[in-house]
Amino acid sequence: MSFHPASAPDYLPRAQMQALQLARLQAVAARAYDRVELYRDRMSTPPQVGTLEDLAALPFTNKSDLRDTYPFGLFASPIEEIVRLHASSGTTGKPIVVAYTKADLDVWTGVMLRTFAACGLHRGDIIQNAYGYGLFTGGLGAHYGAEALGATVIPISGGNTERQIMVMKDFKVTAICSTPSYFLHLLERAGELGVDVSALPLRAGVFGAEPWTDSMRRRIEAAGGIRAYDIYGLSEITGPGVAIECEQQNGLHIFEDHFYPEVIDPETGRMLPEGCEGELVLTTLSKQAMPMIRYRTRDITALIPEPCPCGRTLRRMRRIGRRSDDMFIIRGVNVFPSQIESALLAVEGTLPHYQIVLTREKGLDEMEVLVEVTPEVFSDRIGALERLQNRLAGALEHTLGLRAGVRLVRPQTLERSEGKARRVSDRRNLG
Amino acid sequence: MKHHQLSLFLENQPGQLVDPCRVLADAGIDIRTLTLADTERFGILRLIVSDWARAAVVLEKAGYVVNVTEVVAIEVDNRPGGLTEVLQALDGMNVEYMYAFPFGRGDKAVLIFRFDQPDAAIERLRAAGINVVP
Repeated sequence: MSFHPASAPDYLPRAQMQALQLARLQAVAARAYDRVELYRDRMSTPPQVGTLEDLAALPFTNKSDLRDTYPFGLFASPIEEIVRLHASSGTTGKPIVVAYTKADLDVWTGVMLRTFAACGLHRGDIIQNAYGYGLFTGGLGAHYGAEALGATVIPISGGNTERQIMVMKDFKVTAICSTPSYFLHLLERAGELGVDVSALPLRAGVFGAEPWTDSMRRRIEAAGGIRAYDIYGLSEITGPGVAIECEQQNGLHIFEDHFYPEVIDPETGRMLPEGCEGELVLTTLSKQAMPMIRYRTRDITALIPEPCPCGRTLRRMRRIGRRSDDMFIIRGVNVFPSQIESALLAVEGTLPHYQIVLTREKGLDEMEVLVEVTPEVFSDRIGALERLQNRLAGALEHTLGLRAGVRLVRPQTLERSEGKARRVSDRRNLG
Repeated sequence: MKHHQLSLFLENQPGQLVDPCRVLADAGIDIRTLTLADTERFGILRLIVSDWARAAVVLEKAGYVVNVTEVVAIEVDNRPGGLTEVLQALDGMNVEYMYAFPFGRGDKAVLIFRFDQPDAAIERLRAAGINVVP
């Protein structure tokens, strides 16, 4: 096991960590109040933060606040001090814009360095960064962290799968960063091209930007011959590098010296005790350009109270399986896309690309699950494909308790956005 | 003898059939024969082409899932009872599916059979004196 000096805060004694958090929290709350109109209006009086528990008295911030103040309304630094802007794709409305000072970029690079170190990567590793470079935070965030670690970075960005496979093989790549669904696609394409990824030097994957299940992880690890680590982050907070799994692969360590986690009941907004499942709320402790006070992530998780055998004292959260706003209700039944993914993978471990389409016909909600056909399951016999379709539909009905149609579709025909799979297409309000 | 047949997954939508044909035309590959099996939701296009290996590569490159299967081509007399003789010779063997086409050889037609045991089937046909197309 190698240790990078930058990872020292991962092992801070708890009392020291809490003292650091409190000092930073006081500073960031004051900065937000002094410099950002929205926070000043919401807090009404200067924030009184004597203990970490006092944070619960401060108001929440939501994604809509970023949209409403588009583009620069939440900045706490003058534009002269801002050295980078990123933005979301804006597929669901106005994009959200995030800003960084030089110091903010250093913090971001630092947490990404610690992220890679936690995945067992070090100087000498060759990291293929297949996150999209550009306005999306994934590409540049991972890039600078890997460089700071001292690894060799290949800034290949997303797409062009055949070239990705060639580079992975020829450059003797040891780790890859991408969305899990893109890596699965890469594995399939490699198989078609006669490249056995599990026989290559590749040993680790840092996968994030979309929720993925443990069954998907098992499939990725077996087919790729790698360890697959779940990374968590969001642009509003910094980008990738908010939390990462260690070699235990049992929960994600939150870089608590920069991001303060709370878990709340999404209905009442009340803070929940450690171990209870609820919505993750994050406060940036050191962000200058755009401090986020109690940002509601919509991601559902729980903080894990037990210390981790890896020795890190950073608290862990359970893997994000779902978001409070991904849930949809069909014929009165609450459904999460992750339930559908698990049901599909239980039947056929090689069908990970799917999309849920919701429609309304004559006032009745219909759900159809589109599943991309892979070479492994494709047969020249109609009967075999119909049986597969029926088995998938049966598993969905068994899991969800409602009937859903299954339609097999051609590979690479389902929508993807910045390499992220778009799991739900709700067409119920379109006509 | 055994021939390589390509099967393609198609969605049951307008325009799905022309695309793979165009891919093969652009690659200069000749389609010897084809058949389309369809359900309400999807279809399988089965093709016998002049250069199956290259055809599989260009079709996969174009984004198709391609399955290569060995099928048996049998020549039969184009007259009443021609097919019956073949099927009688195969009595008891499992035929997954079959399709037929006239082959421009005068009064002969060609049948394509997909067996689960092609070698055993060829043996049977030979023993019955039926012409298996090389």
